[in-house]
Amino acid sequence: MIIKQLSVFLENKSGRLHEVFEVLGQENINVSACSVADTSEFGILRMIVSDPEKAREVLKSKLFSVNVSEVISFATPNTPGALSKTLRILSDAGISIEYLYGFSVGDKSFIALRSDDVAKAIMELQRHEMELISASDLYKF
Amino acid sequence: MTKIWNRHFETMPREQMRQVQGERLRDTVERIYYNVPYYREKMQQKGLGPEHINTIDDLKKLPFTTKQDLRDNYPYGLFAIPMTEIIRLHASSGTTGRPTVVGYSRHDIGVWSEVMARTLTAAGAGKDDFIQIAYGYGLFTGGLGLHYGGEKIGASVIPISGGNTKRQLQLMEDFGSTVLACTPSYAAYLAEAIEESGIQRENLKLKIGVFGAEPWTENMRREIEKKLKIKAIDIYGLSEIIGPGVSFECEHQCGLHINEDHFIPEIIDPETLEVLPEGELGELVFSTVTKEGLPLIRYRTRDLTRLNLETCACGRTLVRMNKCTGRSDDMLIIRGVNLFPSQIESVLLEMDETTPHYLLVVDRIDNLDTLELHVEVEDRFYSDKISELQALRMKIQHHVESTTGLSVTVKLVEPKTIERSEGKAKRVIDKRKLI
Repeated sequence: MIIKQLSVFLENKSGRLHEVFEVLGQENINVSACSVADTSEFGILRMIVSDPEKAREVLKSKLFSVNVSEVISFATPNTPGALSKTLRILSDAGISIEYLYGFSVGDKSFIALRSDDVAKAIMELQRHEMELISASDLYKF
Repeated sequence: MTKIWNRHFETMPREQMRQVQGERLRDTVERIYYNVPYYREKMQQKGLGPEHINTIDDLKKLPFTTKQDLRDNYPYGLFAIPMTEIIRLHASSGTTGRPTVVGYSRHDIGVWSEVMARTLTAAGAGKDDFIQIAYGYGLFTGGLGLHYGGEKIGASVIPISGGNTKRQLQLMEDFGSTVLACTPSYAAYLAEAIEESGIQRENLKLKIGVFGAEPWTENMRREIEKKLKIKAIDIYGLSEIIGPGVSFECEHQCGLHINEDHFIPEIIDPETLEVLPEGELGELVFSTVTKEGLPLIRYRTRDLTRLNLETCACGRTLVRMNKCTGRSDDMLIIRGVNLFPSQIESVLLEMDETTPHYLLVVDRIDNLDTLELHVEVEDRFYSDKISELQALRMKIQHHVESTTGLSVTVKLVEPKTIERSEGKAKRVIDKRKLI
């Protein structure tokens, strides 16, 4: 389902990433997933946390620039070709993907995906009976 | 014997020079009083009329002119002749979006050619020379100023303009350039380019460099002279006064002779505005006394230097100014282009996405000035998408470049990371070692 994702703008300076997680840890906010996109000048830290609103507030109060956007989270079997099958559904429906990040453990792979049309992507995935992960599964701590 | 273009004026006894300056000043003040309402009002406010200005000693009674005055009268308000008599316009960057516009009559172009002929002659150039003019041609006065001087002395002028280093080297070799005119930083860059190109120095005929439009040090001069195996001559000018040709070094390289029969210099204390005695460091002020289009009285250049009235070993009596050691305002000179931090500020204020919090980092890398702009972005514009942030960077870059004419590297920084200060904010870090 639709998951709220936090994006934090970071200059390429050592220690900045650590500071973000330190602040979240102190506020008892759990991070379920994260990824860093980097350029030569700056990076964007994207993450899914247990309490997005609170996380946004505390990071803002520490002068971080924070954005909340929506991603889709789903699970696929941890087998060769499984992700390909899911992505095929989206591309057949003409939905483009801006970025995704994921991880596999045990018999499952978990993916967070950002597309240009989140609602439509969810519809397509539901129609093909893919396993969507709900916000409550992720936000719960 | 030292070659001097205009021996009469360049070696004139000082008392006679003061006489000439007084007469020309009186004439100029009369012209501006009757032809430029702005000047008339300023003089009337001080209770002055043309009858109060008779000798050079009366100069100090007159009000100052600043870049702000030029801006307030943008574009032609201070011109002293009808536009039908103006045959050329040039412009340089102003403190905000508007450029500073200068106009020349046919007579003024003649004055410009004359002072540039003196400049090039003092540098050692003559009619046998090939002058490669690698200053920019266009609104910037550098290219055309050198051009007229070069033609006046009968040299063969190569108007290649700035940039395109490969072509510069090719023409330098093929055309047999003997004089190179450009900014000192470009000269240093060309020196390295020659080394890398594999061109044999003995295939080049280069012997003189005429460099100006930006501050440079004695160390830089020695380095350029050594690498290019030339004599490097410093020249000084500003478009408001005429462009290049305001002052020039002779072969003794011991200060820049001011063409003071055209441009009368004074040194003032930038705080009290009092005229300082000879030899003291202060702000350089010029009164133009032969120009028709845009005569300026006591124009504050903001450049800091000192004057020396001793007769030079070259025989010239023209007063000498030292290399400028700094500015009494915050103007930066980057690759020969004037830049005021306030120009950057106005660009940022015009854009929704940016805040006026910024930092300019100026450096000199491989002999070329670099300009980096650190800017904070409005919170709501910090996007989750790299492509949007990159596009924003390019947009800021483009706006700054089109306003200032300078290429800039934009770096987006985190909010509230640029130092705020109660008083004068630190907007510039200049890492160039110039003085």
